[in-house]
Formats: sequence, structure tokens, C-alpha cells
Amino acid sequence: MSRTFRHGVHPAGHKEATERLPIERMPFVARYTVPLSQHTGAPARPVVAAGRRVTRGETIAEAAGFVSTTLHAPVDGRVVAIAPRPHPSGRLVEAIEIEADPYSPQRFPGNGASAPLDPAALSDEQFVAEVQRAGLVGMGGAAFPTHVKYRLPEGRRIERLIVNGCECEPYLTSDHRLMVERAADVVRGAEIVAARLGVEETVFGVEINKADAIAALERATAGRQRMRVVPLEVKYPQGAEKMLIRAVYGLEVPSGKLPLDVGVLVNNVATMTAIADWFDRRRPLVERVVTVAGPGVRRPSNLLVPVGTPVRAVLEHCGGLDESTREVVMGGPMMGAPLASLDVPVVKGTSGLLAFTEAEARLPTEYTCIKCGRCVEACPQFLNPSRLGRLGRAGRWEEMLAYHAMDCVECGSCSFACPSGIPIVQLIRVAKGALREKAAREKVS
Amino acid sequence: MTRDPRLLVQPAPFLRPTVSTPRIMLDVLVALLPSIGVAVWLFGLSALLVLAAATAGCVATEWLLARGARGASLGDWTAVLTGVLLGLTLPPSFPLWMAALGGFVAIALGKLAWGGLGQNLFNPALVGRAFLQAAFPIAITTWVPPAGPLALYRGNFAWPFFAAPADAVTAATPLGRMKFLGEETPLGALLLGDVGGSLGETSALAALVGLAWLLLRRACDWRIPAAVLLAAGALAEAVHRLAPGRHPDALFTLLSGSLLFGTVFMATDPVTSPLAPRGAWIFGAGVGVLVVLIRFWGGLPEGVMYAILLMNAASPLIDRAIQPRAFGYGRPARAALGERAR
Repeated sequence: MSRTFRHGVHPAGHKEATERLPIERMPFVARYTVPLSQHTGAPARPVVAAGRRVTRGETIAEAAGFVSTTLHAPVDGRVVAIAPRPHPSGRLVEAIEIEADPYSPQRFPGNGASAPLDPAALSDEQFVAEVQRAGLVGMGGAAFPTHVKYRLPEGRRIERLIVNGCECEPYLTSDHRLMVERAADVVRGAEIVAARLGVEETVFGVEINKADAIAALERATAGRQRMRVVPLEVKYPQGAEKMLIRAVYGLEVPSGKLPLDVGVLVNNVATMTAIADWFDRRRPLVERVVTVAGPGVRRPSNLLVPVGTPVRAVLEHCGGLDESTREVVMGGPMMGAPLASLDVPVVKGTSGLLAFTEAEARLPTEYTCIKCGRCVEACPQFLNPSRLGRLGRAGRWEEMLAYHAMDCVECGSCSFACPSGIPIVQLIRVAKGALREKAAREKVS
Repeated sequence: MTRDPRLLVQPAPFLRPTVSTPRIMLDVLVALLPSIGVAVWLFGLSALLVLAAATAGCVATEWLLARGARGASLGDWTAVLTGVLLGLTLPPSFPLWMAALGGFVAIALGKLAWGGLGQNLFNPALVGRAFLQAAFPIAITTWVPPAGPLALYRGNFAWPFFAAPADAVTAATPLGRMKFLGEETPLGALLLGDVGGSLGETSALAALVGLAWLLLRRACDWRIPAAVLLAAGALAEAVHRLAPGRHPDALFTLLSGSLLFGTVFMATDPVTSPLAPRGAWIFGAGVGVLVVLIRFWGGLPEGVMYAILLMNAASPLIDRAIQPRAFGYGRPARAALGERAR
């Protein structure tokens, strides 16, 4: 029997279109836009100026502080501008714009032959610095700088590493394909991290709708002590850190605490291959696998896309959008972000690009809450979304604190479960924003 | 920045719910079909007329009084559902004008006066029935024996302020026989419904088939029927063991009267029952215990309506006291008790 967490929802998977398609490389395009802010934390600081020639993998911006990370040139080319550019968030964000060299073969320097870096030869501080230098962020969507998780506070230990291969968001198959095609690198990355942090056990948590990924990881971990693959039930949002820890170990991370506080570290499979790429091949994070799918996409694909590639170019490579497309989403359909323009770049956290037509985009007819309790049974945080939504709609935000509004992980299970079509998670999101703003104001005054 | 006019920008999630409130209501209506079928089989055209009158009263009231565009709220099917439920709680020979009046009260006082769907404290159909019980105590306790699919009772055609045309034969319900005559009714008759009683309550089997459909479609919280039946059955059986001659056993208690009908179709009304799973257990157990208390020691032979209405009143209190324990909090969150009264 496969393990899982409590509550959650079962949306249709919609993964058939791409789950068997091998990862293909997105051809290089003319221009790349690398936003300085594509991770949680401080925007990176540019170290190149307009006009400068850059080579693929060269550092173009460095971390501005500890919670920040490095950016690298995705292609050989020339920096044409450092200026505000459209960002997936919908705002204009400072970005380094690079014109690709049309004659370059776009190989990594030394064609990937640089001597591997032995992580065992590094001190703890050096290891953390190397991961930051590689530009690694959590690749499941939140884009939290990975090295931050590797610096442990004095006296703390990580006993267990969970490699997150759930990919519980419908439509997305980029992690699935990585596990199937690069299982050895996933395991290698996990091995590096596990050895550095001295963990006792490494677990690969994969939902059972990815039998080939489970088989591939089982082969790649065969004969290894302290590594095992744990098949998980198919349920959303299993890939959320705290849910995954609950599913694998039955542990509840206390409210407001980190996985570290229960001795667990969770890393995405794509982050593991990126670790292997950096230490074994000296390749920084300049490209990632993106699933392009949804009813509005003519040729669904799993693409290896350089960071900075315009979304428009990626969609055009996939045959362009169907006429009926009304909505383009970056990320998964449950927690992704809607794009207001296709002139935004793919960033490190882009796991998917989904196109939806009128039929999917149409909002459900809204009825009043009939207190059916489906949201209560969906909420993985065991909140009372019905009441939170009601208070939220009335603008009674202060009262929502008593119902643990701030513990909401915004997974959207409540909205998905609501037969009355109430945008519950959005009502909570708005309240959380207002409450956070108010708290910040009170701090200042 | 360039904004693509073709693209909608809506917040996540982008997947839409797979169930809707009208679909849930339709599922309940479908679940009522066996009970309606049995009612027509036993009480004939009269069953259809009473159901039609109650439903017409509900739908007309909703159409006339609901806020917003006229008739817009009819689309959620709740007015029809309330009408059919009310009709099924009435005796077969019930005057049609009273049934329609009951429908008016159910919707106007039971639902719209509270602010419409989702806001009402009490089950609207039971509010309608409670009104009829208070206003027309004789008519609502006049029972006739089943007379087959072509039956037409004279009582249906009474007019306001005129003496009701009496039907030739009247019959006691199994609960009435038990309470006032100390006679048991065979369980087979209780299952199939070949006894006197309200239109929808006579056949236990029909209600059970409806329950199976509701559970299959996940249109009701299984905990509520489970709790009602367990509590009522256990309490009745315990009392029966203590005083076998005076009180019926668990099986008779569960199969007779409107216990199953009320449990399956009215106690499970999501609007008027608690939200949280633990609250559902308390609510159901409360209904079960109250039914037995009223039936065994109260003045009335049947107590399902009042049991459900009383627990309806308690359900906001249960909701307030029973909040789910949030993830990552060691013990149950008690914050809810501190919420200021609305």
C-alpha cells in the first residue's frame, strides 16, 4: 500500500499528452532576457555591462546577500541592455538582455570536459558557496535558493533527505521525464547532498502514476545502503514540503517551523540533477525542463529550455497556440501564475507552460456556500476554508487569524473542491496579503 | 508592459470544480425517485397531486420573493427539492391547498427570510411541515390505507374554511399502533411500505436505496446517517432490553415512521448540519437520541421532525465548538471559542 498525507484532492492527471515524450532541446533563439529576480530573496547584482560579450555558463550577476543566488549567461552572445523588462509576475523587473551569437555552437566552455569538483574536498562553508555559485534554486516552482537550506544553524542536524518526485500538479511531466531519463544523475545529486549533510537516510518520494520513474530510480539506487524509493498515492498537493514529509514519515512540521526542525530536508528531483551537473560537469543552472501542454497547445512537449527564453518562442516551437486559447499559465494548473503577456522569459522556477481555452478558463457559476464541508475535507492544512472564505469576503481579516489563515499554503484544494464555485483560496490570499501589509506597517510606526 | 488582450488573467487554481451545487441537489432528487415511486404505487394519483401542490407552492414562492432577477435562484434546484421533500412528509389524503401553503412557508420563512440558500438555520421542508402540523393538526394526522396506483382520496380536494370531505377508511400508522395500541407491524410491511403513513416514509427500503445513491455520488456526508442509525438503534435496543413489553426493539425503531426518510434526506442537508466531520457525528447522534426520547416518552408517536429541527438549531454551536485541528498544531485549536459573537 502506498503512503500519503491526510486530506487533499484528486484532480484528473492530464499527463497522458506528455508523460511518454522524451525531453527535447529547445533550439536557440535570437534574444534572451534573464531577470535579476527569479528566486525568493534579494535580486542578483549584475557583474556585466551592456556591450560585453559573454559565454554560455559565465556568471553575469552575483548573489546580493545570502538569500540570493547567481545568474549565468544562458548562451554565448552579447549583453545588449540591463533594463526593466516584462517578468512572469506581471511587473517590470530589472533584467539582463542578451543577444545570442548566431554563429556560436553554444557549447559549454571546454565542451563539458572541465574536471569534476569533488564535494568531499570542500568545507561546509565552501560547499554552500559552491551551490550558491551554481545558481541553484528549488525547481518545483517556489524558487527558494537551494544553498540556504544546506547551511544548518549551529547544533542542528538533518537526518533524512527526501527527494521530491511527486509532481502532483496535473499536466506537468518535466520531473517525471528527468527521473526516467536521468535517474542516475538524480541519485548522484542526492548522494552528494546526503554525503555533505551526513544524512542517515535518503528517500525518493514518487507518486505511483509514474511507474517507469519508480522503476528507473529503483535501478539507480540498487545496492545502495540508506537509499530507498517510496511509492506514494496519487494526490494533490503531495509535493508540498510539509505534506510530503507527512506522507513519507508521518511527521507534522509544527506551524511556523521548517522541515529542518523535524530533521528533514526536501529537494526537488530537478535540483538534484542540477547539483550533479555542477559538481560533475561544472555546468551551472542555465537551462531547465519545461512541460508545454494544455488544450491550447498544438504540439505538447517536454523541452529543455535555456533560462531567459521568451515564452512566445517556446510556444511557437510547440506549434503555436490554438486560436481558442484564452489563458496561459506558468507552472501547474493548481498553483501556477497566469501570464498577462507572452513576452516574458522562462525562469528557473518555470516547471510548465500551459495553455487553456475558453472552456477551461470560464469561471464556475457561483452559488452561496451550502456548508457541504468538501473544502474542510480537502484542506491539507486542516483549516476551515468555508469559514475563512466567509470572513474574507466580509473583510473581517483580523478574525481570520484565529482560524489560522496564515497557515494556509494556498494550494487551491478548497477552490477546486467547492461545488458552489467560491474562489476560497483567492479570498484567503487577499486577506493574508492585507494582514501581512498591516503587520509590516505596524512594525515601521 | 505589453498586455496581451487575448489573455485572461485570473488567479490560480485554473482547474475548475468537478461538482456543482445544482448537481448535488439533482442527485438528491434522483435519490428520492424510489420513495416517490413507492408513494405513487401505494397512494396513486393522490401522491402525485400532493407532491405537485407542495412543489408548486415552493417554486412559486421562490420565483416571487427571491432577490435578484426573478427566478434566477430556481436554477439551483433547491426550491424543487424542498417542495418534493415537504410533499413526501405529508399524508396521502392531505388537502392540496394546505400542501401549497406549506410550500410557501417552507421557502418564505424557512429559507428566504434567512437570506436565501445557505443561510437558513432550519431545514426549510421541515419548517413547512412544522407549520402545517401546528396549523392543521387534524389533517396532518389523518392517515389512509394504501389503495394502489390509481387511488384518489377525497381529502385532497378540501377547500379553505369548509369542512374537509372525509375519506371512508382511515388507518393508524405503525408508530401509532405501537404507541397507543401496543401492536407491532410486521417488518416486511415496514420495509416495503404497505402501511399507513406519510407519502415518503412508509417504505424503509426506498429510503435505503436513496441513501445508497447519495453515498455513491458522494452527495451527502456518510457520517450523519451512520451516527443517527447507530445512536437511535443502540438507545432503542438498550431500552427495549430493559422493558421489552413497553418499547420496541432497534429494528422496529429504525424501520418505522420517518426515521430513515428523515435521516437520509433531511438530517444530511449540508446547510443545516455541522461542517466538520466530528461535528457531523455529534449532530447525527443527537438526532438519533432525540428521536427515541420523543417516541418512547414524548406525547407524540413520531419525533423525527422535531429531533432534526432541534439539532439544526444546535448545529452552529457544534460548528463553533468543533474546529478542525490545524496542521502543525499539537492539540486541537481552540481559537474558535474566542471568536466574537456575530
